[in-house]
Amino acid sequence: MMPETIERPRYDAEAFRKARAGRNIALGLGLMAFVIIVFVVSVIRMGANVQPHF
Amino acid sequence: MTQPAAIKIRAAVPALWSDYLQLLKPRVMSLVVFTALTGLVCADTAMNPVLAGVAILCIAVGAGASGALNMWYDADIDARMRRTRGRPVPAGKVAGAEALALGVTLSLFSVMLMGMTTNWLAAGLLAFTILFYAVVYTMWLKRSTAQNIVIGGLAGALPPAIGWAAASGDAPLNAWLLVLIIFVWTPPHFWALSLYTAEDYARAGVPMMPVVKGAASTRRQIFLYSLALIPVCLAPAFTGLGGPVYLAIAATGGMVFLLLAWRVLRSKAGDAPDERIEGEDRLYAVRAGAKDARNLFAVSILYLALLFAALLGEHLLGVAPLELLS
Repeated sequence: MMPETIERPRYDAEAFRKARAGRNIALGLGLMAFVIIVFVVSVIRMGANVQPHF
Repeated sequence: MTQPAAIKIRAAVPALWSDYLQLLKPRVMSLVVFTALTGLVCADTAMNPVLAGVAILCIAVGAGASGALNMWYDADIDARMRRTRGRPVPAGKVAGAEALALGVTLSLFSVMLMGMTTNWLAAGLLAFTILFYAVVYTMWLKRSTAQNIVIGGLAGALPPAIGWAAASGDAPLNAWLLVLIIFVWTPPHFWALSLYTAEDYARAGVPMMPVVKGAASTRRQIFLYSLALIPVCLAPAFTGLGGPVYLAIAATGGMVFLLLAWRVLRSKAGDAPDERIEGEDRLYAVRAGAKDARNLFAVSILYLALLFAALLGEHLLGVAPLELLS
């Protein structure tokens, strides 16, 4: 009799840890980029409204 | 005695950051960025380059957000189509709720940042585009009418107007002419694709034109929209938007486009194999027709890219527009 085959997903903890670390780094870089963009845009927009002093 | 079960181990795949990036449909995003940039440059308004870059980024992220919302809602359809079943949600890499959360978050961020960086007309147009694509097209039109991509095409057509509004705070007639070009270009482009993927759409229950009205009707409508597209593409040379290079590309490319649409009209693209023909010859006529549809699909992308590249190049280099009407 042929052995029965059961497909059972294996939880590869190391692969999941690596993937989560990659996602966290991507999210962190995205948030950092957003903060920098908001800062730079604010400076440029406010700078456009400053009257020249000379 | 029964042998112990052999366990075939299949590793579960964790979601990578690149899977989330795939939710944003990067290929579609690149076309949106290109057309939006053309609109922004064609406005011929002096703009801080950093603000211009952020405006284009907002449009790209907004387009990506609507892509994520589309993949969340259409996961059931995507799973049944060969072309889309490898997408992160149907493939089980990313949960639907996460795609939804990503789409909503990026929509809010992109619209707010666009308003803060440029003006609220551009932000409003961006918000309208995202809502139109995610709600009107994805949730309503796509599953209910064969005109889905005709009306829904407006979402893909709006980026040049957003770019123009971002630069000038205004959306004049020439900005809407760019929108009209993409809007009229969309049906022949998508229907050419759907002629050789109709089986997939039928299996998924999507009422694309060849599935609902048949291949012959679709081929006729492709030709009619192609006829309408040529004068629309020539119009910028008469309204002070396009120069001589643009006119040459619009005219020669338009003739090629029309010729290919004519070949599709005369072909058997999308037809079921004729049962009366014996052997391999039966499929040959249909396959040859599919080739005509593939050619039109490929050339349609090239034509649109060249038209917008010509406008972009002319405005960057300061080539004077023709203004043939004045």
